[in-house]
Amino acid sequence: MSSIPLTHILFVSTALFFIGVYGLFTRRNLITMLMAIELMLNSVNINFVAFNKYLYPHTLNGVFFSLFIITVAAAEAAVAIAIIINLYRNHRSIDVEDAQEMKY
Amino acid sequence: MFSLETITNSIQQWLYSTFNPTMALILECAIVMLLVIGLFAVLGLVLVLMERKVAARMQIRLGPNRVGPRGMLQTAADTLKLMMKEGLTPDGADKFLFNLAPFIVMIAAMLIMAPIAFAKGFQIWDINIGVLYVSAVSSVSVIGILMAGWASNNKYSLLGAMRSGAQIVSYELSAGLSIISIVVLAGSLQVSDIIASQQTGWWLFRGHIPALIAFVIFIIAVTAETNRAPFDLAEAESELTAGFHTEYSGMRFALFFLAEYINIFIVCAIGATLFLGGWMPLHIGNWDDFNRIMDYIPSSLWFLGKTFCLIFLIMWFRWTFPRLRVDQLLSLEWKYLLPISMFNLLLITLIAIMGWHF
Amino acid sequence: MDISQVLFYALSAMALGSAIMVVISRNPVHSVLWLIITFFAISGHYILMNAQFLGIVNLIVYAGAIMVLFLFVIMLMNLNAETEPQKNKWLKLAGVVAGGCLLLVLVAALKQAEVKGKVAMLETGDIGLIRNLGKALFTDFVVPFEISSILFLSAMVGAVVIGKK
Repeated sequence: MSSIPLTHILFVSTALFFIGVYGLFTRRNLITMLMAIELMLNSVNINFVAFNKYLYPHTLNGVFFSLFIITVAAAEAAVAIAIIINLYRNHRSIDVEDAQEMKY
Repeated sequence: MFSLETITNSIQQWLYSTFNPTMALILECAIVMLLVIGLFAVLGLVLVLMERKVAARMQIRLGPNRVGPRGMLQTAADTLKLMMKEGLTPDGADKFLFNLAPFIVMIAAMLIMAPIAFAKGFQIWDINIGVLYVSAVSSVSVIGILMAGWASNNKYSLLGAMRSGAQIVSYELSAGLSIISIVVLAGSLQVSDIIASQQTGWWLFRGHIPALIAFVIFIIAVTAETNRAPFDLAEAESELTAGFHTEYSGMRFALFFLAEYINIFIVCAIGATLFLGGWMPLHIGNWDDFNRIMDYIPSSLWFLGKTFCLIFLIMWFRWTFPRLRVDQLLSLEWKYLLPISMFNLLLITLIAIMGWHF
Repeated sequence: MDISQVLFYALSAMALGSAIMVVISRNPVHSVLWLIITFFAISGHYILMNAQFLGIVNLIVYAGAIMVLFLFVIMLMNLNAETEPQKNKWLKLAGVVAGGCLLLVLVAALKQAEVKGKVAMLETGDIGLIRNLGKALFTDFVVPFEISSILFLSAMVGAVVIGKK
C-alpha cells in the first residue's frame, strides 16, 4: 500500500463526492437523493481512513470517525426511509417537488 | 500420520519452490477454486439425495430407488435433466438481472466457504475477523434473492422475495447474537482460535445452560435464514407457487436449488465450528486415555460427522413442524428470540468474566 | 507495479464507474444495485488500507442492511423507470456546472496540498486490528460510543412513530 501516493486516494474520494453532489442536484426521486448522500458520506470515510493511515499511523482517530459516520448513516437511513414511506402514503409519489405542503 | 495438513503443506512447498511467488499464488487460487467447485457439486449431489431419503424414511416410504444402486444416482440423473432443459426468460423481465441473480446467490455461498476449517490445518483463508466476515458475506445473498424476485416481473416472485428479505434480515440478528456469545467465551473472532479454545471440551457443554440456549437459538435462526421449512414462507407452495424462483427453469433453477443446499451445509458447518468444536475431537477435561483414543479418529471425519448431524437435525425439522404464518414468523423473532438472545448474551458475558465455564 | 497498486486502480475504476451508474441509471432498482457494487469497492479500499474491521462493518451495515432496506422500499412502492421523475435539460446542466465547480475547487486545493502533504508513511500495519480497536473504543472513545447508542434508540423510536402514523 505504501507504493500508492496519498493524493491518488484523495482524488478517488473527491471524484466520488462530486458524483454524489451531481446525483443530489439532478434527481428528484427522494430515495435516489438519499443514495447520493450515502455516496458522499462514504467518500468522506475514505478520506478519514486514508489520512489516518498515511499521516498519523499511530492513532485510531480517523478509523473511529468513519465508524461513527457509518453509525449515524444507519440511523439517518432508518428515519429517512420512515419519512419517505409516510410521504408516499400521503402524496402517492416520492417526487420532492410534489411535497410542497409541510402538513398534509 | 496421514493427514490433510501434510498434503496441503507439501503442495504449497512444491508450488513455491517451482514457480515465482506471484505465479504460485495464482496457481494456489486456481486449485482452491477448483476444489470449492468440486465440493459444491459433490455436496449438491449428496445433500439432495440425503434429503429425499430422510424425507422418505420420515414418511415410511422408500424414496428414490430406481437409478443406480439403492437410488444413489438419482440426483445425477436429475442434474442431467435440468441441464438439458431450456432456460426460459419471462416477458417483461429485466433480462440482465434475471440471469445474474442465481450467480450472485451462488457466489455469496462460495465466498463464505473461505474461513471454514474442514480439518486440522485445512482452511482456505484464516482471516483474523473470520466470524464477522461470515456474517458480512451471508447478508449479501439476500440481495440476490430480492433481485431474482424483482426481475422476474411476477407478483408471486416479488412477494416471495420480500418475505424472504424480511425473514433473512430479521433472523440474522439472533443468529449474530448467538455467534457473538461464543466469540465472547472464546475471546477471538478468528476461526482457528475459536477451535483451539475448545481443546478441553466443546463450548456447548462448557458454557452451561446459556450456551445451550444460544445453540438452540442459532439452529432456529439459521433454519429461517436458509428458508427451510417450517420457515419456508419465501417459497410456500400453497400460497406463492414457488416464491422467488417461480419463473426460473433449467440450469438457473438448478443453481438456486444447489445454493439452498450449500447454504444449509455452510450454516451447519459454522454451527459445528462454534458450538461443537469444528475438527476438534471430543475431549473431556483431563481424561487423557479417552482423549487419546478420540484423537485417532481423523479430524476431517469429526468435522463432517458433526456437520452432517446438524444437517440431519434441520432436515428433521422440515418433516416435523407445520409452516408458520408471516406474522407468526416475525413475532417469533422480534418478540421472543431477540429478547431471549440478548439476555442470554448478558448471562454468557457474566460467565466469561467470572470464569464460571469449565 | 506491484499487486496492491493493480488492486487499488482496479477498485478505484470500479468505485467511480459504478458511482456514475448510480446517478445516471433511470431505474431506481439498478441505482441501488450499482451502489452496492460501489460499497464493495470502497470496502476493498479499506482492506487495502489495512482497516479490515471497517471494511467488514461497511459491508454489513451498508450492503447488508441499508441497501436491502432501500431495495425493499423501492419494491414496495413499485418504482421503475417509467415512474421516475425526470428533470429538464437545463437543471441537469446546472447540476453539472455546480458539481463541476466544486470538483474543480477541491482538485485545485488537492494540488496545493500535494506539495506540503508529502509525509512518508510509517509502516505500522495494524491500525485496523480488532483488538486495538476494541480497547480504544471502550477507553478513549467511550463517550461517543454511548452517545451513538442513544442516537440509535431515538432513531428507532422516531422511525416507529413516523411509520405508524
